[in-house]
Amino acid sequence: MHELPQNLANGLMLGLMYGLIAVGYTMVYGIVQLINFAHGEIFMIGGFGALTAYLALPSGTSLWLALPVMLVGGVIASVLVATGAERFAYRPLRTAPRLAPLITAIGLSIALQQVVWAFYPGAKKARTFPQFHGNPIDLGAFQLQRNDIFLLIAAPLCMLILASFVRLTRTGRAMQATAQDPDTAKLMGINTDRIIVVAFALGAAFAAVAAVAHGLRYGQVDFMMGFIAGLKAFTAAVLGGIGNIYGAMLGGLVLGIAESLATAYIQNVPGMHQLGGAGWANVWAFVLLIVVLLVRPQGLLGERVADRA
Amino acid sequence: MTALLEVEDLRVAYGKIEAVKGISFKVNQGEVTTLIGTNGAGKTTTLRTLSGLLKPTSGKILFDGAALDTVPAHKIVSLGLAHSPEGRHIFPRMTIEENLLLGAFLRKDSAGITEDIERAYTLFPILGERRKQAAGTLSGGEQQMLAMGRALMSRPKLLMLDEPSMGLSPLMMQKIMATIVELKASGMTILLVEQNAQAALSLSDQGYVMQTGHIVLNGTGADLLRDESVRKSYLGED
Repeated sequence: MHELPQNLANGLMLGLMYGLIAVGYTMVYGIVQLINFAHGEIFMIGGFGALTAYLALPSGTSLWLALPVMLVGGVIASVLVATGAERFAYRPLRTAPRLAPLITAIGLSIALQQVVWAFYPGAKKARTFPQFHGNPIDLGAFQLQRNDIFLLIAAPLCMLILASFVRLTRTGRAMQATAQDPDTAKLMGINTDRIIVVAFALGAAFAAVAAVAHGLRYGQVDFMMGFIAGLKAFTAAVLGGIGNIYGAMLGGLVLGIAESLATAYIQNVPGMHQLGGAGWANVWAFVLLIVVLLVRPQGLLGERVADRA
Repeated sequence: MTALLEVEDLRVAYGKIEAVKGISFKVNQGEVTTLIGTNGAGKTTTLRTLSGLLKPTSGKILFDGAALDTVPAHKIVSLGLAHSPEGRHIFPRMTIEENLLLGAFLRKDSAGITEDIERAYTLFPILGERRKQAAGTLSGGEQQMLAMGRALMSRPKLLMLDEPSMGLSPLMMQKIMATIVELKASGMTILLVEQNAQAALSLSDQGYVMQTGHIVLNGTGADLLRDESVRKSYLGED
């Protein structure tokens, strides 16, 4: 069992990434009760935005210096696409039956993948993403990959900023009010249309940060990367209790760690030696989702609200 | 008497079903005006249209000299019209104080806001005692007080109260009605929607009786209380 700390550390990294993406699902759901299935593609586009920004810099720029520029590029790309989707795809369907925006989201998801595939130079195959080079840092019990340092700092920082934003700012309080009761929020003078845009934009910015972390970790971005990452993050959001931003992060961590441990240890369970290894990671992640939905359908931190099916 | 609010031939529909079928009424400055009527008469629909949550199909709404019918809901409160909705609709996962602060969302004068919060606590001492408590944990009557307090936080020219006594104990209902009288004495103009016609009419200057989307009768509160058909239909007398 000496590799347990390493597996936990791997799970933590995976979890931070899922959590960052999950925040976008949960915030949008909390305010407009829409599962934005195109959010995985918003994440993917953040990765390509960051890559574009990197390529625009003079070659030989140190990655530490390039990183802020890449973040800005990724965030701009993601936020533009997400707020554009809100304005032109979802807003016209605000009063339509719930199935309509859901199907629109799935359609948008496929369309965005194909647009990147067709029009981004060289995106028909995975494109190389810059990485830090050098040996992992040995922390005794486990090793930390250099490329994960960014995620380890960025994810908690993002959550801290979001929590303070929601609790302390006027717009944050307006977001809470809109999530709890949109009509009454309007009566208070809150422009709920604007709040919805803010929710989409914040979620997109978080997804872009996650995409940079993803690119650094795996050394590549590709037009399909949002599919599985999006599904996992959606799972994390449901796991944590959809609508709850802290739940999204918690759900991400639980999912990431569970996935990492299942991949490493399930094969040691008698009779299950064929069900371990990386090839089964997604299976165990979704098994966890099914179990949570059976035992605690409102998620870990969710409240049971009758009219929010 | 100058009219603060004038509604002319207002029609509101949900899809093809018309809920308000061409009503006209006035709310005079400094008075309490009541709309009474049974469930489904169109009272709540009328209030939700006045505050912009529903769009009228036709008709005019003049408030303090300005046309309201095309103003979006979130801009109405800044014109001086506050709405305490049916079913109270407090923000359940926020504290009492946060709810009150949201009532003053568009105001920038923090000194005035602090003052008004204290005034709300004077009006409803129980809210002051529980200011840090989540609003969802309050009793129905306390939530009603909070909804009224929250509506007052915008310093409105006109306060609209939709069914403030609904589901309350007789004691709590008396307290709410007494507060309305107190507010009126302080000069507040109030548009009240009530099913408890007796209590509402006895504190009203003007009353309108609504029936299936029409106004069928109007007069002073005292007149309506004496009216035979009102007594039969709404006060439960034979």
